Amino acid sequence: MPIRALLAAVLIAGATHAFAQTPAATPGPLAAEGCLGCHGPAGSGSGPIVALAGHDQAEMIAAMAAFRSNERAGTIMGRVARGYTEAEIAAIAAHFARLPR
Amino acid sequence: MANTLSRRALLGAAAFLAAPATLRAQGSTARLLVIGGGFGGASAANFARRAYPWLEVTLVEPKTTFVTCPYGNLVIAGVRQIGDISHNYDGLRARGVRVVHDWATGIDATARTVRLQGGQSLGYDRLILSPGIALRWGALEGYTEAASEVMPHAWVPGDGTQTLLLRRQLEEMPDGGVVGMSIPGNPFRCPPGPYERISMIASYLKRHKPRSKILAFDAKEAFSKQGLFQDAWAALYPGLVEWVPASRDGRIVKVDAAERVLESEFGEKHKVAVANVIPPQSAARIAIEAGLTDASGWVPVSPVTFESRAAPGIHVVGDANIPGPMPKSGYVANSTAKQAVASAAAALRGQAPTPGIYYNTCYSHVGDEYGISVVGIFRPNAEGNAIVEVANSGGVSPRGNWPEQRRLEAHYADAWYGSITRDMFA
Repeated sequence: MPIRALLAAVLIAGATHAFAQTPAATPGPLAAEGCLGCHGPAGSGSGPIVALAGHDQAEMIAAMAAFRSNERAGTIMGRVARGYTEAEIAAIAAHFARLPR
Repeated sequence: MANTLSRRALLGAAAFLAAPATLRAQGSTARLLVIGGGFGGASAANFARRAYPWLEVTLVEPKTTFVTCPYGNLVIAGVRQIGDISHNYDGLRARGVRVVHDWATGIDATARTVRLQGGQSLGYDRLILSPGIALRWGALEGYTEAASEVMPHAWVPGDGTQTLLLRRQLEEMPDGGVVGMSIPGNPFRCPPGPYERISMIASYLKRHKPRSKILAFDAKEAFSKQGLFQDAWAALYPGLVEWVPASRDGRIVKVDAAERVLESEFGEKHKVAVANVIPPQSAARIAIEAGLTDASGWVPVSPVTFESRAAPGIHVVGDANIPGPMPKSGYVANSTAKQAVASAAAALRGQAPTPGIYYNTCYSHVGDEYGISVVGIFRPNAEGNAIVEVANSGGVSPRGNWPEQRRLEAHYADAWYGSITRDMFA
């Protein structure tokens, strides 16, 4: 598939350009965007749904681990936590920890 | 066919080569055009301005007020007002989105322009197309747009007229009247929606018209959160809800709007007092006319970038696409729209797209202080050619006697509505 190869080459060439071109504002990890539909824009919380912004990173990682193993009861968070890798949860927690409470 | 695809791929590659040349310089802008201001489009426009301020974002949406499908069932039951589920585009304008209230009538994928009904033509570097669905008029014999003014679908709210029509008909119906529903086969917008609607109408009838009942005719054998819904109907609305699957002649094939008759596959005629007909659906017309749909009537897309298989450079999100195992839901539209924007931004910077992770929760209200949910977390597979649900994750609320769980989920549902609409419109 020469065209595939061409596309791949284009992608790789593009990628090497890209390092010098950090956008003006770096978005949080895309994985964290999935949280906002319930936990509110910028993780600001919504009524009974807890805010994530300004949450301690280690605490959030521990909470997600407890949800994942069903040690901590939740309505939906057990089902949610099992969808993410530990690395993703660490990145998500780091992102929200940096946001103002 | 292979030849055509290769040429298409080559065109795509050529476009890819051209893009970094024009956008290489630090601080250069690019034009992101978004068609459709619903869950996919508004989320895309909002996220694009928030995450990639170097994008010039234009949103084309004919309506100045957007009425959500989610929570429409609560308006139908009389526990929310239409104003509670109506949103405007002022927040997106404040974010720097140029909002154009017009109909997009055609796409020229080669020239990268979109024609508007008002005569204007808009150019773009990347297009996010989130046009929603079309109702397939005539797919049920007799169910035309005119018939829908007598037998509302209330499935594409438009300016809210359809939602309010069904509400008014239920209010005007005498106690003892039968509410008939016709529910389509898969796929369709909002898989749990018809069953939340049954629940919400039943809750209204129980309170105000206790001698009435709901006859729900379904073209399917099974549905989303079925066990949870049926448990709730038995507990909360005994004798009020009759659900008729296809195997019991539940498939409606013909309607008579003047007589308010729903006719089944095997010729059974059901005369009802109020008829809510949710017809079969397809991607919206603009996607069909642009040649993006396949024989199914929906748009095949890349599981990583959500670019149309037929026209790379056009990212198709929301209910119009073929989402693999994901439901056609507002949350999936919101989540995948962000991935589409991130992929478009990467392409414009000459970068490879980052595989995403797609998130869904669908809450349904089934009664007062009684909510249920389904959760799904999805990713592209290792080959990047399909979307798969993450093993051992997601799923539905537990069955059984969990009153506190049901109460909390009802409140979390309301909080979800507030959050996701702010994520779109604020």
